[in-house]
Amino acid sequence: MYVYDSYDHHIVRERVAQFRRQTERYLAGDLTDEEFLPLRLQNGLYIQRVAPMLRIAVPYGLLSSRQLRKLAHITREYDKGYAHFTTRQNLQLNWPQLEDVPDILAELAEVEMHAIQTSGNCIRNVTSDQFAGVAPDEITDPRPYCEIIRQWSTFHPEFAFLPRKFKIAVCGSAQDRAAILVHDIGLQLVVNDAGETGFRVYVGGGLGRTPVIGSLIREFLPEQHLLTYLEAILRTYNLLGRRDNKFKARIKILVKATGPEEFAKKVEAEWAHVRDGETTLTQTEIERAKSFFTLPQYQADAAADLTALKAEHKAFARWIERNVKDHKRPGYKAVILSLKPTGVAPGDVTDTQLEAIADIADQYSFGEVRATHEQNVVLADVREADLFEVWQKAKTHGFATPNIGTLTDMICCPGGDFCSLANAKSIPIAEAIQRRFEDMDYLYDLGDLTLNISGCMNACGHHHVGHIGILGVDKKGEEFYQVQLGGSASNDASLGTVLGPSFGRDDVPDVIQKILDVYVERRLQEELFLDTYRRIGVQPFKERIYAKAS
Amino acid sequence: MPRLVKNEAIVECHRQFLPKDSDLTAVQNRTDVVPLSLWVSQTEALSALGVDGVWVDSDETLDALTDTLSQLALLAIHFPAFVDGRGFSLGRLARERHQFSGELRAFGYVLQDQAHFLRRCGFDAMDFRQGTDLNSAIESLADFTEHYQASVDQPRPLFRRRT
Repeated sequence: MYVYDSYDHHIVRERVAQFRRQTERYLAGDLTDEEFLPLRLQNGLYIQRVAPMLRIAVPYGLLSSRQLRKLAHITREYDKGYAHFTTRQNLQLNWPQLEDVPDILAELAEVEMHAIQTSGNCIRNVTSDQFAGVAPDEITDPRPYCEIIRQWSTFHPEFAFLPRKFKIAVCGSAQDRAAILVHDIGLQLVVNDAGETGFRVYVGGGLGRTPVIGSLIREFLPEQHLLTYLEAILRTYNLLGRRDNKFKARIKILVKATGPEEFAKKVEAEWAHVRDGETTLTQTEIERAKSFFTLPQYQADAAADLTALKAEHKAFARWIERNVKDHKRPGYKAVILSLKPTGVAPGDVTDTQLEAIADIADQYSFGEVRATHEQNVVLADVREADLFEVWQKAKTHGFATPNIGTLTDMICCPGGDFCSLANAKSIPIAEAIQRRFEDMDYLYDLGDLTLNISGCMNACGHHHVGHIGILGVDKKGEEFYQVQLGGSASNDASLGTVLGPSFGRDDVPDVIQKILDVYVERRLQEELFLDTYRRIGVQPFKERIYAKAS
Repeated sequence: MPRLVKNEAIVECHRQFLPKDSDLTAVQNRTDVVPLSLWVSQTEALSALGVDGVWVDSDETLDALTDTLSQLALLAIHFPAFVDGRGFSLGRLARERHQFSGELRAFGYVLQDQAHFLRRCGFDAMDFRQGTDLNSAIESLADFTEHYQASVDQPRPLFRRRT
C-alpha cells in the first residue's frame, strides 16, 4: 500500500496543528457555531444526536495491521470500544469528545491516517473495488490512480467550498464493484485499441433524494490527463452548480439541467485551457504511484485440495461458497470477513475484533485488509492451504457468518439511533430481518440478493440501488418504512421502484417474506431475484403485499 | 477605515466600494471601486476619471473584463458567504487565464481559516469578517507550508518537485 514520505507526513501534521487551533478558537468563542461547522465537517467531525461523531478516512478502503491496532487503541481510549465501517469504506467513531479530537488526529497521523475531507462540501474520500489488484477480471489496478486523486484532492485550494459534497469512485475491472454510476464522478479504467490506459468518464450519478444514474461524458481520457480533466469538471461545477438550494446543489442537478452533452462541452472548453499544463501527470509519477502496489511475495505451494475438509465440515463448505472469492493468482483466494452477524449493527466492530483482524492479516494476508462499501472487511491474499485455519479464527472472533452477498449481508446506515438527520431507525429493522431469515439453507436458495436500508432520504444506506431497498420515513412523528424493488449498483445500474404505501416497523419482516415468496414462486430455474423482478415487473409483488385479507 | 491583510501585513484601505446598481454620477473619487456592470458599460468614462478598481460578485464572470483587466490596479472578488467558493475559481482565473497582476482582494464574508486557500488561488489582499484578529489571520496564511496541487503560488504540483 501507499507509504507516506516526508511531504505527506508534513501536510498531515500541519492539518492536526491547524485543527487544534480551530478547536481552541471555537471553544474560546472566537469562531461561531455556524463558522466552525464547515471547518469541523471537513475534518470528519459531526455533532450528532447523542455525541460528536468522527469519521476517519480510509483511502479507497486500504488498511494495514498497524493502522488497525491504532484504531483499536483509539476506540478504547477515546470511545466506547467499538467503531463502525461506513458505505464509503471509512470508519466512524460514535462517542468521541470534541476536546479529544485534536489528540485523536495526532494519534492517527502517527500511522499515516487522518479525517481530512470525510465530510463537508468538498471532494470526499475516493473509493474503489475491494478486490483491486487481485480480481481475476481486473483490467488495470485502480489503486495507484486512487492515490493520485487522493493527493490532488487533499486541501485543493479551489475546491474546498463547493456547492455540495463531491464523491469520486474508480473501477479497474470488468464488473463494477465500486458503484461508479452512482457517484458524482465515476471513472472506469480501460485500455484502448492502441494499448494505452485511460478512463471512461461518467458524471452526475448519485443517490440522496434525487437518485440519478451517471452520464458518460468522455469515452476515453488518456491517463496522463486525469487530473487536468478532473480539474475542468470541478471548476465547471464550482462556478455553475446551484447554491440557492442545498437539495439542488449536487452536480447531478447541474448535469440534468444543462443536459449531459452540453455539460460535456463546457468541461471540454474548460479543459482546453488547462490540458497539457503542469498538472498533466508524468510517466514518472504514474510509475511512482504504481510502485506502492506491487505483487506481494506469493508462494508456489499455496494451493490446496479442500474437498475432504468441505465434506467433513458443512459450515466450512458454506463459508467457502459465500465468503471466499477467486483470485488472479492460482493457489490464492480473497476472504471476506462478515461484519453482519445477527444482533450486531451492520459494519460495527469492537476494539478486540479490530486487533483480531490485524493478527489474522499479519499471519495470513501480508498484513493488509480492505474495507468494503458493503461494510465488510476483505483479506485479499490468503493461501488456499490456510483457508481452514482462517475460517476457524474468523469463527472465534465472530466474522464467519457465511452470508456474503445474501439477504442478511445488508448495507445499513446508523439511522435514528445515532444520526441527527435520520427520520427513522434502521439498525432495529436490519436486526429484525436478520432474526427472521436466519435459516442458511433458505438464504442460499435465494442466492445473490442485496437489501439496503437508509434511515432517511439522504440514502447513506444506498436503498435506491438495493435489489430490495428500505427507506425510513417520518409520518406525523411516527416511523414508517417504504419498500423499493429492482435497484442495482453494478454495471447494469438501476434505481428501485417504490412498491406502494409504507409499512410500520413490525410489518417489515412479513413484507420481505411476501416479496421473497413471489420471487421463489415465479423464478425460472437458477434465475436471480433481480432478473426475475426485471422480467415480471413490480405488479405481482404489489398484488401480493397489498392484497386485501379475504 | 477597514483594515485588511495584504502580503502578510496589516494595511488600511481608503477606497470606497460603490454598490451594485451605481451609475456614473455615484463616482466621487478616482480611488472608488466600481461594480463590474458599471465598469463594463462605462469603461472609457471611468478610465478618463482615473478609476482603476473594480469589484465582481461571486455569480459574475470575468469574461467581460478580458480586454480591460490590465488597466486595473485592484480587482476585488465578493464573497457573499464564506461557504460560497466560487471566488476561489475566479481568483485563479484572474491570475492564470487573464494574467492579472494588480491587487486581487477577497472581501465580504471571509474567514481567516480560508486565508491559505485564498493565497494559493492568487489573492494577495483579504478583508476578513469583522472581529477577526488580523495578526492571528496572518499566521493562518502559513497553516500549510507544503501542497500537493499546482496553483497560483506554486505552479508546479508536488509530483513534479518531489525529491
